[in-house]
Amino acid sequence: MRPRPTLRRFTAAAATAVLATSLAACGNAGNDDTDTRDVDVAENAADEFEDGTRMKELAEDGKITIGVKYDQPGLGFKGATDDMPKGFDPEIGKILAGSLGIAPEDITWKETISDNREPFLEEGEVDLVIATYSITDDRRKVVGQAGPYYVTGQQLLVRADNDEINGVEDIKGMEVCSVTGSTSLENVKKEGAKPRGFDTYSECVDQVLDGTVDAMTTDGSILLGYAAEQPDELKVVGEPFSEERYGIGYSKDRPEMCQWINDTLKTSFEDGSWEEAFDITLGESGADAPEQPELDDCQS
Amino acid sequence: MEAVFSNFDEYLKAFGVTLALFIVSGLASLVLGLILAALRVGPVSVMRRAAGLYVTIFRNTPLLMIFVFMAAAMPKLGYNFKWVENIEIAGWSVSAFFVRSTIALTLYTSAFVCEAFRSGVNSVDVGQAEASRAIGLTFLQSMRYVVLPQALRAVVPPLTSVQVALIKNTSVAAAFGMAEATATMRSFTNDYGSQRPEIFLLFAIGYIIIVEVVALSSYALERKWKVA
Repeated sequence: MRPRPTLRRFTAAAATAVLATSLAACGNAGNDDTDTRDVDVAENAADEFEDGTRMKELAEDGKITIGVKYDQPGLGFKGATDDMPKGFDPEIGKILAGSLGIAPEDITWKETISDNREPFLEEGEVDLVIATYSITDDRRKVVGQAGPYYVTGQQLLVRADNDEINGVEDIKGMEVCSVTGSTSLENVKKEGAKPRGFDTYSECVDQVLDGTVDAMTTDGSILLGYAAEQPDELKVVGEPFSEERYGIGYSKDRPEMCQWINDTLKTSFEDGSWEEAFDITLGESGADAPEQPELDDCQS
Repeated sequence: MEAVFSNFDEYLKAFGVTLALFIVSGLASLVLGLILAALRVGPVSVMRRAAGLYVTIFRNTPLLMIFVFMAAAMPKLGYNFKWVENIEIAGWSVSAFFVRSTIALTLYTSAFVCEAFRSGVNSVDVGQAEASRAIGLTFLQSMRYVVLPQALRAVVPPLTSVQVALIKNTSVAAAFGMAEATATMRSFTNDYGSQRPEIFLLFAIGYIIIVEVVALSSYALERKWKVA
């Protein structure tokens, strides 16, 4: 009668797995904060743009498609039961759409993961990508990136009871997880850590909670979002050890969009809407709005 | 192209991990699959049913779910396999992630290996087993000396398919902490967005080479074991 105890243990294990998943799902569904800011929607915006520009087309159509991430609390997050993504990135999207006279409810949100940001822009699947999209020279060969609208740096998230890791200098030989294929993972590999890639940040957080990996790494703003959800279990340690400049992706075929994005960002810096967008999203974790970043010039 | 060639050691290391996953879980699934097949065709009905249950469970569950179970559910139950990291053989220790991945791949592949072996055993004429029993061989002896040697020949093509599938299935480990070929390809495309098609092509070629080596050696085996 060998198989029976094994089977029973398997059933128990399977039941626990199902239970754990459903509990986790409840946790996400519960965070249903509805506070959002009033977005200024420009009237007759189409008149402001020259004929033949992409902005004119979008303003006349009255709709825009924006790619954001769905798995980063505070920056771009959409739970299974939410209608719309929320976070700093979607707020920036609403500001940009507003300057074209497009109301937030007329924006089509599309989930972009790191792998498909450039293809989506190249194929015209989305008009803009606002998805923790760090500006790099290589990416600028394929797509346009305006901004930055936010500057952050990579940090470490560990269990609250972890005394061993206090910064990037302590991670040699440790197992550090992030999202498969991300730059953050490459950076900790250079520091001598064992990189462990997962499909999503939430799986990676689970591994830290389980003690399967020693730390999680990615941009500090994302980590703060997770630490804020479970302050007794998790903490963010160390100084930022990289500089990520989040840009707004647009198609290289439409270079005229760069100046419009920069102008709109500049306006949002000046009229306080950028800071407001920060306060109701990332600011929730207690962080003050950082200094407004210096925008890159639009060349060519 | 230059994105891959200027980091060629990374490329080779990534396929090294892929190969290690394939070889370890390939061998383990051959052993486990063979045992399961022997149970399935054996005379003890409890064991027959147990092996049948195993095949039903693991052949019908998507590999991804088995991985999720090993990587997300097992640690919650207290099995995270961290202890393997304390074992060191010749200055080289395996990681818990590698162990979890190979267990997931082995559990899944064994069910298919078992069925491949069973099809081979079924291809052997019943008279052969009856005759070997008639001359007084035990079940194990008749399997070892009469049935399995004949079944082995019939089993090479389906077994090759199973192993080829395993090579490609190792890519599922990319999402569960292994820096194997697919995970590395994604880090390359993340860093070098301008060279995506070339990067994809070079990594696909890596898999094709590994699969072709396995396929060619299986043809060689088939030819060698052909009954004259």
